[in-house]
Amino acid sequence: MTNIAFPAPRKGGAEGFLIALILIGVFFWSLYAVARGGDPLMEQQGWLIMAGSLIGLIMLVGAFSNGGPVNDESQYAEGVIKAGTIATMFWGIAGFLVGVIIALQLAFPNLFYFADFGFLNFGRLRPLHTSAVIFAFGGNALIATSFYVVQRTCRTRIAGGLWPWFVFWGYQFFIVIAATGYLLGITQGKEYAEPEWYADIWLTLVWVVYLLVFLGTLWKRKEPHIYVANWFYLAFIVTIALLHVVNNLAVPVNWFGAWSYPVMSGVQGALTQWWYGHNAVGFFLTAGFLAIMYYFIPKRAERPVYSYRLSIVHFWSLIFIYIWAGPHHLHYTALPEWAQTLGMTFSVMLWMPSWGGMINGLMTLSGAWDKLRTDPVIRMMVLSVAFYGMSTFEGPVMSIRAVNALSHYTDWTIGHVHSGALGWVGFITFGAIYCLVPWLWKRKGMWSKALIEWHFWLATIGILFYIAAMWPSGITQGLMWRAYNDLGFLEYSFVETVEAMHPYYIIRAFGGLLFLIGALMMAYNVYRTIRGGVEETEDRVNPQSSLVAAE
Amino acid sequence: MAEHNHKDEVTGVDTTGHEWDGIRELDNPLPRWWLWIFYACVAWSVVYMIFMPALPAPPGFEGFTRGLTGNSERVNVAQQMADLQASRSANFERLQNADFQAIESDPELFRFAIAAGRSAFGDNCATCHGSGGGGAVGYPNLNDDIWLWGGTFEDIRYTLHVGIRSDHPDTRFSQMPAYGRDQLLSQSEIRDVTQYVLQLSDQSFDAAAAGRGAEIFAMQCASCHMEDGTGDQAQGAPNLTDRDWLYGGSAAQIEATIHRGPYGVMPSWEGRLSEPMITALATYVYSLGGGQEDGGDEMGAGGQ
Repeated sequence: MTNIAFPAPRKGGAEGFLIALILIGVFFWSLYAVARGGDPLMEQQGWLIMAGSLIGLIMLVGAFSNGGPVNDESQYAEGVIKAGTIATMFWGIAGFLVGVIIALQLAFPNLFYFADFGFLNFGRLRPLHTSAVIFAFGGNALIATSFYVVQRTCRTRIAGGLWPWFVFWGYQFFIVIAATGYLLGITQGKEYAEPEWYADIWLTLVWVVYLLVFLGTLWKRKEPHIYVANWFYLAFIVTIALLHVVNNLAVPVNWFGAWSYPVMSGVQGALTQWWYGHNAVGFFLTAGFLAIMYYFIPKRAERPVYSYRLSIVHFWSLIFIYIWAGPHHLHYTALPEWAQTLGMTFSVMLWMPSWGGMINGLMTLSGAWDKLRTDPVIRMMVLSVAFYGMSTFEGPVMSIRAVNALSHYTDWTIGHVHSGALGWVGFITFGAIYCLVPWLWKRKGMWSKALIEWHFWLATIGILFYIAAMWPSGITQGLMWRAYNDLGFLEYSFVETVEAMHPYYIIRAFGGLLFLIGALMMAYNVYRTIRGGVEETEDRVNPQSSLVAAE
Repeated sequence: MAEHNHKDEVTGVDTTGHEWDGIRELDNPLPRWWLWIFYACVAWSVVYMIFMPALPAPPGFEGFTRGLTGNSERVNVAQQMADLQASRSANFERLQNADFQAIESDPELFRFAIAAGRSAFGDNCATCHGSGGGGAVGYPNLNDDIWLWGGTFEDIRYTLHVGIRSDHPDTRFSQMPAYGRDQLLSQSEIRDVTQYVLQLSDQSFDAAAAGRGAEIFAMQCASCHMEDGTGDQAQGAPNLTDRDWLYGGSAAQIEATIHRGPYGVMPSWEGRLSEPMITALATYVYSLGGGQEDGGDEMGAGGQ
């Protein structure tokens, strides 16, 4: 490659103006919602939205009054990624904490029932937990790493000047609106799509900008080919946009109120919801995090990706097959049987396309297996891929109707998603954070390698407690529900099956607590690393090149 | 960078020649086992689709491919429900008009009635009375021999039919006045009656207050709870002389009960459960331990 002439540093102007217009629009909308909102809940939520738009405007004015943001094409943009890394950790710990609380509420319902604080009871906290870990923790991890990876593998600064910052803060704003809405009781009752129409519209706006920023960066890349991680990121961004818009089609009751009617109802609504729900798993939690894997494992192991051909074949087969598998969430329901068959068979066919990612992840370590012994970050990421392989085998098994007849509605499902969420999503994200923090803040390594070891072992043991409790619990539950005695009556009343869950729920809460403690250790480690003064550390990362010096 | 000019030294495998931020890709083939399992899954899915309902009709046409088996889960579940009901129907028919003697004298029918009753109890009654019928404050214990409205088999079956203070026209009904809330008695009068009730039930009490309370009891309470406080099952008035309490037997609890006049409700199950099922439920509750013989003694009456 010859030297590339970089354009002179450019000051952001037009995009700042557009962002200001958006925020002013949001401000006036919220002003009206506060004054004459369609319902009391919206009048409360309106204040928060107004505060968000004002804070955004103040930040914008602050940036411009300070000489204006500078877009230097000869530098990678790293500020927004630093912010995203910290946000990932913040929301992760918040989400894990709420998870431990609701696990305790299930284990000790009388002890953790807050009669005077109804908004802190299970029904409100459960969506808070799921949204916090999937969308706040996972989403921030995906946004931050995608901004990092797309710049590095395209060898160009991220496109859009100020817009990446709009994506970051707009996404945090969405999280806060959604989370406070749950606590107030605002929900459209769709699992993993609980936020109401106004939050959905805002997220759509943020997401479209995210897509444009990503595409713009790919467009101006300095590499001839697009790296595999970017295929996965792009599939994730495009598909989530599609899923989000279609599943949230709704007509607001009042244009300044909290509530809406969904466009699709009955079994159509249910099928759309699980088309969304399953592909949120497929494209958010699988494709997106495979992208993280495809960058951070080869970087950390300093080994080439195992097979280019496998990455192509498993990418296309994965995204083609995944999108059809949703109906397996509706076995033995009003959904027509032919649709159930399609959902089940596509889930079974999905097994190997999913495992293609596992093979590529694990086999990339060939020639560097010794690092499993010495580097806890590699170990974390490899275990993550192992959990990925386990979950993506378990998923097709559970989608088979005969198995589903036993597993559906039981804790087995909870165990399944947590082996994926804690094991796969959690560990690959932790691994990425342990790589990113020294790279971004230009440190030799993390402050303490011992703390990473502790994090690894505590979290691993925590996951094992969690899934070792939920699997037998779920199977016990399923068997008790279906048990008939010889006279044709149910063997157990429902309350007896609840009673049988008690010991498992205690073990589950304990496992979750260990996982939370591990994450707190990571946060402290990251804090010490960022604060600086890391003179000598056993955790060494290879420094990342800068954009100009890359040639 | 030129294509295919780079070999990975560790594995000796060619790379694709691309490089992104230091990452290269090996030119390994697809693992054979991976490919064959993938094919096998696809083949299995196709076979499954041939045998089972699988594909919708194209737009403009109705229906779907029914598959070689013509399996229909709706038909299956209807069949299973019919089979289950058929297997139970003979015994349910025999329960229709059975009295307890008839049920008890037939071990098979008795076992069936207990099983059916236990199942219905778990689904409908355990919420209040506890899964073993042990009761709680405000919800009678069904294991003991203390009955508010009578503990014979027929009493229990009738209570199940009409409920207590329910919306059934013939419901068992009585109402204790809310002496405090409706200001029928003063606070000090309520305290005095409480002391007298404590005396009745052989607990420690204040003699002077109980003396004053006895007069009030005779005027206000004796018509239902009887002069001696032993209660009246015809009115669902509990026996106050024993140590079993529906709403608690401490001074504070008794005082609160007199103050608010409890109004415990049990729903009527007529029409919600079938007649044979109500009979089965009565058999189960009667057999929990405290059932009384027909025309038997009234010694255990009232109470709680």
